[in-house]
Amino acid sequence: MDFIQLKKNCKKDASGLPSYRLALLGDCATQHLAMALKGQAYEEGIKLEVFDADYNQIVAQTLDPSSELYAFAPQAVVLCLCTEKLYESFCDSSDRAAFAEQTYRKIVGYWEAINSRISVSVLQYTYVETDDRVFGNYALKEETSFFAQLKKLNYLLAEGMRSHKNVYPVDVDSIERRLGRARFHDDKLYAIAKMPFSLEALPVIASETIGIVKALMGRFKKCVVLDLDNTLWGGVIGDDGMDGIELGELGQGHAFTDLQRWLKELKNRGIILCVCSKNNEATAKEPFENHPDMVLRLDDISMFVANWEDKATNIKTIQKTINIGMDSIVFLDDNPFERNLVKGMIPEITVPDLPEDPADYLSYLKGLNLFETTSFSSEDKDRTKQYQAEIGRAMLEQQFASFDDYLAGLEMVAEAKPFDAFHYPRIAQLTQRSNQFNLRTVRYTEAEIEEIANDEKYLTLYFTLKDKFGDHGLISVVILEKREKELFVHEWLMSCRVLKRGMEEFIVNKIMETAFANGYETVVGEYLKTPKNAMVEKIYARLGFVDRGDNTFTATKETFVPNKTLIKE
Amino acid sequence: MERSEVFERLNEIFRDVFDDENITVTEETTSSDIEDWDSLTHITLISEIEDEFDMKFAMKEVVGMKNVGEMVDIIIRES
Repeated sequence: MDFIQLKKNCKKDASGLPSYRLALLGDCATQHLAMALKGQAYEEGIKLEVFDADYNQIVAQTLDPSSELYAFAPQAVVLCLCTEKLYESFCDSSDRAAFAEQTYRKIVGYWEAINSRISVSVLQYTYVETDDRVFGNYALKEETSFFAQLKKLNYLLAEGMRSHKNVYPVDVDSIERRLGRARFHDDKLYAIAKMPFSLEALPVIASETIGIVKALMGRFKKCVVLDLDNTLWGGVIGDDGMDGIELGELGQGHAFTDLQRWLKELKNRGIILCVCSKNNEATAKEPFENHPDMVLRLDDISMFVANWEDKATNIKTIQKTINIGMDSIVFLDDNPFERNLVKGMIPEITVPDLPEDPADYLSYLKGLNLFETTSFSSEDKDRTKQYQAEIGRAMLEQQFASFDDYLAGLEMVAEAKPFDAFHYPRIAQLTQRSNQFNLRTVRYTEAEIEEIANDEKYLTLYFTLKDKFGDHGLISVVILEKREKELFVHEWLMSCRVLKRGMEEFIVNKIMETAFANGYETVVGEYLKTPKNAMVEKIYARLGFVDRGDNTFTATKETFVPNKTLIKE
Repeated sequence: MERSEVFERLNEIFRDVFDDENITVTEETTSSDIEDWDSLTHITLISEIEDEFDMKFAMKEVVGMKNVGEMVDIIIRES
């Protein structure tokens, strides 16, 4: 996608697409960047409304409560700061050893000024690390050199973001490294127009920025479905056998081992791995069990499907079983025929066109940057285990005479508690991830969750569930807003992993108990339709609320009868 | 490169950048003849021309060119 195409996209009709409001503040000329962002968002199916502040107005826009920035009410603010401008203030500074620290404090000042007035995400561009060569290579060793201070500043910014939960990095510096200085920057454009980025760099910067916006909107990848022969190892296990497939030292083996190592890292980050292979199951599983050079083992795989059905059908089965959106799945297969079949049958899925040479697989996949995220919590590491337990439950279900017998056999125990600091990251993450079981689809950042937890106006509940197969962890979030005569369910979402076990019933009972305990006799729930949450359209009506016909539902102390559930507290 | 060939390729670029299929530039065309030709689009235009003809304008040419004819002189000289 080149800049001209992105520019043309800006004129296309984006009405009907989900919209997002983005403010752009920079100490350089940002008009072209604004166009690139808008055009790229259109490519990704987002209607981006951009407020592009005038040149170098960051201080005025962030500090003045009546500024255009705050009037615009953005959902995210991009801070685009350029090294050229930084160099000017470095040259003017008298205490150069403290330059990075001082500049860092100034930038944190912007973050905090913005977040003291509005609760938004801040996308902080990193500084491009170009040296002025005044000290030559010695610059790295010399504390007062520009290069040393510049590198330190980027480090301080990254570190500062760890305690400023709403601030996310966009690593523009790494884009420059990938493209090379000559392609990334045009001296003439900066001299004439204060543009730090070339037209060639803008689409790349826009793509990375919009990738993060998508993650903030809850659109990111959760699962990789893997082919086996010639994708995870060289050769065909059914023909070449255990001794013949290429892994490790054998033939092209290292390319496959490296890919597996990377996939395992993704798994540890919380991406679910599944296998979808045209093979006999026992044959396909053997390398995972017994091959000494396999990095991936069976316990890394959440769901293993090996049969002779077509792959599109198998992928649909996987998607239904693990219960995530098709657009959050990536399918890896070396065979163009299989890829095209899957793309044709399942348009929402992402199918990278792997290069022919397995040596290039990994670099190609890294280049696609498919796994953008805006959060990471300790629960992510255990996700694979949870899904494996889930599939164990699915197997158990088939053995029981009735569904209730099955549920009783699970020995489920839930707990309900108000939000606490330890769980803020997971709660925020769930609000960002959940699309299907989500009544009002309000996305919260960690800082906003903390605010709500401490706000007298709200009552909050999070729910955990465990059973004899394992711990689901924190799976549902409820935010109740105190209104004059009623308690309003401001948000209710639940992980689809625990659907149809009586958890919905348990939660609604708990909401009503909480209302009564706090002196409310009426609870009102609302359903806000999105393209993905049709499954909960009538959930309140099903659980004892009266449908008022305008997508709101109400239950009162007089009429509410607690729902039956087999979950114990 | 023939002058007519440069004009032909330039026309394509102008039409692309200004998103207007009816543009035809001549020796005398200036920024006041094309409605959207402001300083911002000028930057876009210059970058696209440099790309297409694999050449670079000098800074003083970017800010000093008087009409498309001058632009073509530079392109022929530099590419």
